[in-house]
Amino acid sequence: MATATRLGRWIFFGVIGVIAVGFLAALAYPLMRRDKFRDDREFSERPVGVTLHPVIIRTPDAKPMIDSGKTDAHGNAVMVSCATCHDTRTPDFKTSDAALLNEFHQGLKFAHGGQSCLSCHNSGDYNTLKRADGQPLDFSQSLQLCAQCHGPQYRDYQNGSHGGMTGHWDLKQGPRKRNHCTDCHDPHHPAYPKVMPVFPPKPVIGERKPGAHETSTH
Amino acid sequence: MEPNPSSNGGCGGGSCGCQGSPNEGQGDSTRRNLLKAAGVTLGAAAFAKALAPLATWSRDNLSVEDFLQKHYRELDKEQLAKVLKHLEEDAKKNYGADVTITDHRPQKGVKFGYALNLSICIGCRRCAEACHHENNHDRASGNSYIRVLEMQKGSMDMEHGNAHYDHPVSHPDKFYMPVQCQQCDNPPCVHVCPVEATWKESDGIVVVDYNWCIGCRYCEAACPYHARRFNWTKPQIPKEEINPNQSYLSNRIRPQGVMEKCTFCLHRTREGRMPACLEACPTGARVFGNLLDPESEIRKVIDNKRVFVLKEELGTRPSFFYFFDE
Repeated sequence: MATATRLGRWIFFGVIGVIAVGFLAALAYPLMRRDKFRDDREFSERPVGVTLHPVIIRTPDAKPMIDSGKTDAHGNAVMVSCATCHDTRTPDFKTSDAALLNEFHQGLKFAHGGQSCLSCHNSGDYNTLKRADGQPLDFSQSLQLCAQCHGPQYRDYQNGSHGGMTGHWDLKQGPRKRNHCTDCHDPHHPAYPKVMPVFPPKPVIGERKPGAHETSTH
Repeated sequence: MEPNPSSNGGCGGGSCGCQGSPNEGQGDSTRRNLLKAAGVTLGAAAFAKALAPLATWSRDNLSVEDFLQKHYRELDKEQLAKVLKHLEEDAKKNYGADVTITDHRPQKGVKFGYALNLSICIGCRRCAEACHHENNHDRASGNSYIRVLEMQKGSMDMEHGNAHYDHPVSHPDKFYMPVQCQQCDNPPCVHVCPVEATWKESDGIVVVDYNWCIGCRYCEAACPYHARRFNWTKPQIPKEEINPNQSYLSNRIRPQGVMEKCTFCLHRTREGRMPACLEACPTGARVFGNLLDPESEIRKVIDNKRVFVLKEELGTRPSFFYFFDE
């Protein structure tokens, strides 16, 4: 009987011991585990210089041209300068739609507030634009023209949260190329057009059938 | 009870070398041996059959070297160089493509943040398409790390978003919300991984060691943003469409049976470049940059716009922000 009691005590303390060792091992494991991760490859080199690469804003063509509707011997459209016609014509400040014209600019779509052509185009020199204060503005500077009315967008553009871009987020490592207003917005009807979405998702395993749930709830 | 030394009943036949008459129980022992042998053979066959799916499931030509490869964070420079070279050879062998696999490490003083302007996004899905090509996704499944959800205006519940819309966008009653990995500061996917195959790096990117992942998909279940993907099959990509600029933790071609996720294109962004989805966005709805730089574009957005994060109540603390223009 005494042997059995002693054996029982041994088993009891043995079990307690095993549990304690296991507990300690579980506590120590994460620490040991983390020690195995190396830190000699922790960071990559980043240029420390202060020279910043430029942010290049694409500029629109400085000299506007218009399609004459004729083609040359090679089949290319003959483009003519604005001044070819407008130098000899009296400007009409009321014109706000191509339908009011007898020739040229036909088919142009207009949806930009209630503006007339000469709100932005300079009747004194059709090779330039006109600021709100009447001063001429080169076509390459048209961003300034848009900024006169679209302040919040211009502010966001300057802060980098309006307008697409490519290149580097880190100007220490490379340049950046930014879109201009007219890359995305047609100045005559600036609302971004409707497009057909690309790249439709294919149903994958574990995902419900396309539209199965959506159509039933709508 | 003490065993009787004169009895050999318990020794199972003559092969055990115990003393006894060679004629005694001869027929019994051969029958038993036969039964045992048959049992062992059947057992081994059943075991082999049970393990067979493992053999077909495992990667093509999984070598002992691959199998014994250490965790990415335990590799020293020489070991890693060897692994990268091996992976490049694999890409050549399996896909016929000449690729460069680099080990891009985080940069000091950089923590990445991403913001998306929901007033501008039109839902054209070009970001998802760019991701598909940039990250060498399986062509057959049309996988992408980005899911663009069409949402009812007035609703903020991404679970009711529809990813399968198919009409000219943007619809005037809807808004469009691309969802990808939010690079959480408290990432549930990392906490649930049983083998530490996924972790958060110092620049905020949650990465996966594709060679360490066991494909249990716990992380996929844990992610509240449905941002993780599983490689059900070996990715099929035509040789000429493979993006050769690859990184170990990022866009190298993943093996079958492992998890993958958006890494903010770390093979680009850790070189200072923009992520592919941002460059592909035709409307400029995306803003990317360094959260630790007070002059960065992303900080200007966070400081000046009313940004919000998805499912804030879960406490995941995403590094991905959404906002509307006022």
